[in-house]
Amino acid sequence: MQGVNGFMYPNEVQLQWSVLIVLYPFITGLVAGAFILASLVRIFHVEAVRPTYRLAMLTALAFLLVAPLPLQLHLGHPERSYEMYLTPHRTSAMAMFGFVYLWYLMAVLVAEIWLDYRRDIVIMSQSATDWKRWIYRVMTLGSSNISPRALEIDDRVGWLITLVGIPSAFLLHGYVGFIFGSIKANPWWSSPLMPVVFIFSAMVSGIAAVMLLYMLSARLRKEPIDMRCVDTIARYLFYIFIIDFSLEMLDLVHRIYEADESFRSLDFMVHTRLYFSQIILQIFAGTLAPVVLLGLAQVVKLPELARKRIYGIAGSLTLIGIFAMRWNVVIGGQLFSKSFLGYTTYKMGLITREGLLMAMLLSLLPLFFLWVLAKLLPPWYQEQDAITAAG
Amino acid sequence: MSNFRDTGHLFRFAGIFVAAILIFLAIRGWLVPHTFGQYGHYRGAALNEIAAKPVHFAGHQSCETCHADIAEKKSSGKHASVHCEACHGPLAAHADDPSIQPAKIDTAVLCAQCHETSAAKPKGFPEVETASHSNGVSCETCHQPHSPALEAGGAQ
Amino acid sequence: MNMTRRQMLVLLPAAAVAWESLLAGTPESSPNYEQTQHWWGMLIDIPKCIGCGNCVRACQSENDVPDGYFRTWVERYHVTDTNLANPEVISPDGGKHGFPAAVEDSGKYFFVPKMCNHCADSPCTQVCPVGATFVGPDGVVLVDQKYCLGCAYCVQACPYGCRYIHPTKRVADKCTLCYHRITKGLTTACCEACPTGARQLVDLKNPKDPIHAFLKTHAVQVLKPQMATGAKAFYNELDGSVR
Ligand code: HEC
Ligand code: HEC
Ligand code: HEC
Ligand code: HEC
Repeated sequence: MQGVNGFMYPNEVQLQWSVLIVLYPFITGLVAGAFILASLVRIFHVEAVRPTYRLAMLTALAFLLVAPLPLQLHLGHPERSYEMYLTPHRTSAMAMFGFVYLWYLMAVLVAEIWLDYRRDIVIMSQSATDWKRWIYRVMTLGSSNISPRALEIDDRVGWLITLVGIPSAFLLHGYVGFIFGSIKANPWWSSPLMPVVFIFSAMVSGIAAVMLLYMLSARLRKEPIDMRCVDTIARYLFYIFIIDFSLEMLDLVHRIYEADESFRSLDFMVHTRLYFSQIILQIFAGTLAPVVLLGLAQVVKLPELARKRIYGIAGSLTLIGIFAMRWNVVIGGQLFSKSFLGYTTYKMGLITREGLLMAMLLSLLPLFFLWVLAKLLPPWYQEQDAITAAG
Repeated sequence: MSNFRDTGHLFRFAGIFVAAILIFLAIRGWLVPHTFGQYGHYRGAALNEIAAKPVHFAGHQSCETCHADIAEKKSSGKHASVHCEACHGPLAAHADDPSIQPAKIDTAVLCAQCHETSAAKPKGFPEVETASHSNGVSCETCHQPHSPALEAGGAQ
Repeated sequence: MNMTRRQMLVLLPAAAVAWESLLAGTPESSPNYEQTQHWWGMLIDIPKCIGCGNCVRACQSENDVPDGYFRTWVERYHVTDTNLANPEVISPDGGKHGFPAAVEDSGKYFFVPKMCNHCADSPCTQVCPVGATFVGPDGVVLVDQKYCLGCAYCVQACPYGCRYIHPTKRVADKCTLCYHRITKGLTTACCEACPTGARQLVDLKNPKDPIHAFLKTHAVQVLKPQMATGAKAFYNELDGSVR
């Protein structure tokens, strides 16, 4: 058969989960990671990264809004997805998605952003004009109380929400890892390390994404980059990357050493069909290169411009590497036969419902959402001061 | 009092949540299919819906009620274990309404499907190289499909 | 929560028609069929299989299985004595049109019919997010195609590759053990069409079923026992190289 090497069970030849399911953990990973970065400010009082706090929160929200879309598009019957809320199956890892998602969206992100921006919203609901005014009016929920005491209460409640938000972020993404890690039929997925690896890779990708977005937005707005902030982010990125890399290597070494019944088949796959995306993109370009670059910036005293360049390159490589990792998990896990006797190929459509074009559209959509959100709720601290002055 | 004034907006926010949850619960009670949970975590009615699908293979018992002669002949021959529809294909429509004619069988294809020589077949299964064995002559010229062995009085 | 409400409102008209039938009560059930009195499985007698493909064809016409997808299929193993762990397996078009002739050599050949194992602890029903696939009271693993989302998680979870997403219905599809037949007292289409009795429907709750005598005297195995799925497709004389 076309694209098949060796023997596949006949129903395995076609892949079930497409590039859209690669996007899904990638996007939720960015959400969880961005939120963790924001929590550094709130819970761990890392004041240096405060300039990115609001940007990180909005990034998390923008990506979270897009996260369920690839799933919906991939379903055979998207119009039935409400059943997930009606009759969630207790033993299914996937059934909880709807609830975890709503919890995280509404109880954590929206609540925290609302509390954090409430003062600005109230001020803008009075100063803004036309339709914008109405939007802010609605967002105030009809309460314009921004007395110091109210704001102080908001701050404390916000802190509490962030505190709840951290385990929620872990839940959101660890649980995505569990969806794969709990499939005993698939040796490439089945691993208790999967949720942990997912959490750490999520943090890596989310932190890198916010760092890049921050640097990019500063350049677009022709403002100086706060180097102390970026340096700190890069340092955290470096540390978490090392943990992430160690975990992934642990998984790899364990598999190689145990060499169970699936090993020969998986090993062959990694050296052939996954060679480029796993060895080259994920391990070398996407992990080792950025770790070395970031490490260099830690050890050697470099001029500002060099550091900016390094962070830019390392951040981009990181995102590529984490995307490759999701790809290798999702697509790689379906390329080999569960009989361990053969391999199939993934043929990505171009303009089909689950094709390349749709995937690119879905990757750009969060950036558009972020742009809209940033227009409505400016995360730039200079502007915030301007608002305060106006108020 | 002032405490409430300064937290009032929080209650509004929470109120939206509570309202949404209540609406959800109300809608849920109304939407869940009636037979869901009848036997387990699934729609009980699905069992009977699946059971109600139409049958295409009537089953040899059905054929035997009308074609008793053939059934008897077959049961004493070498094809005793081979059911009617293994050769004739699904004939439930015919069994329901005999005026529907079953399709003619091409024995050159049919017999070879089971009897063509291959080292993969279990030992002892009667195999022939159809091309050289029959020399293109139709199998029924010498074997009767319902009682194929020549020694068993099947020779024509 | 706003999200759900909105989502639901948008989806209301689209799903309204489907609800009509979903909300309906129990349709007329088959007379005299008592679900709790049965526990179905299948006995597959490997030495009897001649690889004719009758079962695959019968299944496809009985259940309207689309081309290129299989509720049952037949594999041909070729194990050479120099490489016992690495058999050469083929299943051209699921064995629907039989197999190419094989020539005698040092190895051994045998056919392995495959199908849903109707596992008692089935990993596929475990992962279904909405309860659209389930083990019935009589031990048959079924899909409620009016309720299935088509997420394909069950397809991923099946260790035996027995499920697929139906290309036009866009829902999970699989062997129903001919549920529409066995509830009427008939055997499955594949068993009906099997010329040698290599496949036999068994009812483990029926004390008169010949399976009980068979199990006493034969070495019977299930596929991938390490998966602990409680598989109920029992293979007689299964070679160790079969996966
Ligand atoms: C209700 C009674 C009935 C049942 C049940 C029945 N048949 Fe028939 N069958 C008939 C009659 C009547 C004819 C027409 C006889 C004739 O034309 O000589 C016929 C004709 C046939 C013929 C074609 C004869 C020809 O001359 O071409 C075949 C083949 C056949 N039946 C096979 C089957 C098979 C296989 C089954 C089981 C699925 C079956 N029948 C079940 C009554 C029945
Ligand atoms: C080994 C394959 C095979 C089996 C098993 C088989 N048939 Fe036939 N049958 C044939 C063939 C071949 C013909 C002749 C070709 C034709 O007329 O289509 C035939 C012809 C017939 C005919 C019409 C001619 C005649 O002899 O009267 C009837 C009726 C019939 N079969 C009924 C049955 C019934 C009933 C059974 C089950 C008890 C059965 N057959 C089992 C292969 C088979
Ligand atoms: C669906 C499979 C199948 C088809 C089709 C089939 N047979 Fe058979 N045949 C069998 C089986 C099973 C036996 C019994 C083998 C045994 O006794 O071990 C058999 C036995 C025989 C025998 C007896 C061999 C002996 O042991 O002496 C002959 C002859 C024969 N078939 C000829 C035919 C002819 C001619 C046809 C075409 C009309 C045909 N068969 C079609 C399955 C089939
Ligand atoms: C010219 C008459 C003739 C024709 C035509 C014919 N056979 Fe035979 N066949 C025989 C005779 C005679 C025997 C018994 C002698 C033997 O065992 O070789 C036999 C034996 C068999 C056997 C049993 C072989 C064994 O090992 O026990 C099978 C199976 C068989 N035939 C199948 C077929 C098939 C299939 C066809 C059609 C492609 C066919 N025959 C056509 C005359 C014929």
